[in-house]
Order: sequence, then structure tokens, then C-alpha cells
Amino acid sequence: MLSLLLRDLRLAVRAGGGFGLGLAFFLITCTLVPFGVGPQGDILARIAPGILWVGALLACLLSLDRIFALDWEDGSLDLLATAPLPLEGTVAIKALAHWITTGLPLTLAAPLFGILLHLPPAAMPWLVASLALGTPALSVLGAFGAALTVGLRRGGLLLSLLVLPLYVPTLIFGAEAVRRGAEGLGASTPLVLLAGITAATLALVPFAAAAALRVNLR
Amino acid sequence: MTVLAVRGLAVARGGARALDGVSFTLDPGEALILRGPNGIGKTTLLRTVAGLQPAVAGEIVATPESIAYSAHADGLKGALTVTENLTFWREVFGGPPIEPALAAMDLTHLAERPAHALSAGQKRRLGLARLLVTGRPVWALDEPTVSLDTASVALFAAAIRAHLAAGGSALMATHIDLGLAEARVLDLAPFRATEGSRVAPASFDEAFA
Repeated sequence: MLSLLLRDLRLAVRAGGGFGLGLAFFLITCTLVPFGVGPQGDILARIAPGILWVGALLACLLSLDRIFALDWEDGSLDLLATAPLPLEGTVAIKALAHWITTGLPLTLAAPLFGILLHLPPAAMPWLVASLALGTPALSVLGAFGAALTVGLRRGGLLLSLLVLPLYVPTLIFGAEAVRRGAEGLGASTPLVLLAGITAATLALVPFAAAAALRVNLR
Repeated sequence: MTVLAVRGLAVARGGARALDGVSFTLDPGEALILRGPNGIGKTTLLRTVAGLQPAVAGEIVATPESIAYSAHADGLKGALTVTENLTFWREVFGGPPIEPALAAMDLTHLAERPAHALSAGQKRRLGLARLLVTGRPVWALDEPTVSLDTASVALFAAAIRAHLAAGGSALMATHIDLGLAEARVLDLAPFRATEGSRVAPASFDEAFA
């Protein structure tokens, strides 16, 4: 299992691996929004939680189709399916590798981008906490979407349409936690709900994704 | 003791039944070559035996996790070196060390080269070296000699012989003569599914196979 994780991480950081793509997209979104909305700090501060979360979500979406598509093309997925490692484990590991290469950098860089959007300092810990708790769900749900669309040419659009509705609860509670944090209200309720969504997703979705992969490998 | 027994197997591809009533057994040290015209279902049969798709009818009796499958695609990552590719598959399958496999396929001098810089034949040899590091007794090979030159085919035939001599077995679909005199040949033409069974899939699984 560890060797699969290390291979995926190694492939991500080598040439053409796409590491940093999500982060660059997040940076572009957060720099462009102040230009579009105007320089009023109070307006920016009010929309910042939503912008940061939507930006993180779209950045995550950008690299989803690579989770299985590349392994499908070169035949690795067939070989992994016949390997001693259960397919559910393969899915979980690949989702983890996706999170380490997209969700984790986004979480760590988010406070910096929050400054660009005039996010009040009081909200920063909540921003990091909500992203840390929410982005694993984005990666696992994305792996499920990628497993469903793995055999399709240009399956990226279908993948986005399938996955976006599943992302909505995470987005709502994630942005809500940051907003309440910014206003000095108690943000633990949305944060706990967010953690609950992530926990349920981590426990259940790998099985659904593995089942989808088995059908697509036939 | 038989390592793989197939009885009355029917396989389907794209919702149409391809082969019906295929039966054979494979003992340790034995090689079986599948013959048949293009499109008869050799690949589908091998994928079914390897467990990648369900059988429509019949049964496959094999020790779990005893089959190493090798297809047209070699499962190589261009960004990784030959050693990294092979080490990865060795760790996933928990097989023997990679050095003998590299030597058997004449890849030792290419060990540090990235896989994208290999020629088609060298990639193929690396794909076949992967079989050696899976440590699995039954090899299911789909056109293993594609893009190999004569010398490499001889290397591959030698690797298969060594595998058989060590008690392994091989099931392969191939059109060229590997010079394996001891191998049995199974002609699939008599097992071609009749037109009648194409009209309606027999089951839900067959419709989506």
C-alpha cells in the first residue's frame, strides 16, 4: 500500500505530473476576485469565505480525472485489479495521494490567500480547520466520480457534473464555519457537521468507487 | 495437481457472447497456447480467467491470487525509471527481487533509464519482466511477443521455459511460434458462440460485460 502511495506522489512531482496545478488555480481565483469585485475591503471580507471555499473546490476538481485515467490508459489499473491489494484499498490510497497533492497544499496556503481577500485574522484558524476537515471528502468523492467515468474519452465534464452535487454539503458547512469564525460567532457546529460528512465519506465511498471500477474494467 | 481448471466457460464482450463451452485444465509445468482468428475472444477469455470480468456461464477453478495477467498495455509509467517501475510491481505483488528479472529480459544496462525513453520492444520486455517479479505460478499472457525482435522472442521463450521448469504454468494467446514444442495448443474456433445467443444477453451481467 505504501509503495502505491509513494509511486503516485513521485509521479505527481515529476515532469507532467500536475502537482501545483490546483494551487496555481486557487491563486489565480483569489487574485482575480478583488480586481473583479473592486477594492472595498468590507465587501471582500464578506464574500471571502465563500470565494475561498469555491476556489478550493474547483481547484480540487481540476485534477480529479487524473486519479484513474492515466492508470487506465497504460494498463496499470488492470494489473492493480489483479494484485493482492483489494481494489477498495487502491481507491483509498489513490484518493489519499490526490489529497496530499491538492487538498493539503490548499489548506496550508489558504491563510495567505485569505489576506488577499481581506479575510479577518480571527477567521484564519477556522479557514485552515475547515479546509483540513473538508478537503479529504472532496478527494474521496472525486475518486468515486473518477471511477465512474474512467473508461470514457473526455469524461472530465461528466465527472464534474456527477461530483459537484456531492460537494455541496461540504461547501455549505465549510464556508459557514469560516463565515461564523469571521464574525466572531461559535463555528464549532458547522465544523463538526463537516467532520461528520468527511468521516462518513471516507468510510463508505471507497467501496462504491471500487464497485464502479470493477464494472468499468470489464 | 491442477492449478487452473476451466469447465464449460462462456464469455461475453460488449453484450455479445463470444465463446461458449470452453473447457481445459492446466497443470504445473504446463503451457497452453490459445489459437483462433482475430476477434474470436482470446483477450476476453484471458481477462475472464484473470478475474477482471465475470464469466457468463461455467466455472473457473484456480487458487486465489495465483494468476499474473499481462495484456497489450504494459502498465509502465514513463516518468519512472526501469528499476522504479519494476520495484513498484514487485512491492505490490510481494514477489522475488528484481535483479534476476532484469537480467532475464536483458534490461540490466537500461535499469536507470526512464521508461518513456525505451523503444517499443524494450517496453515490452520490461512488461514481461514484471511477470517474473509477481512470483505468481500461472501466467495469463495476451499476445506477449508483440513488437519483440527474434532475439527478444528467444529470451522470452527461455523465460517461459525456466518458469515451467520451476513448476509454473502459462496460458497464452499468440500467433507466432515460440518454439515451445512441449506446449499444448487449444483451437478456440469450435467454441465460437452461435449467432442465436447474440440476440438477447442471458443475464444482467452479460449485458454489461
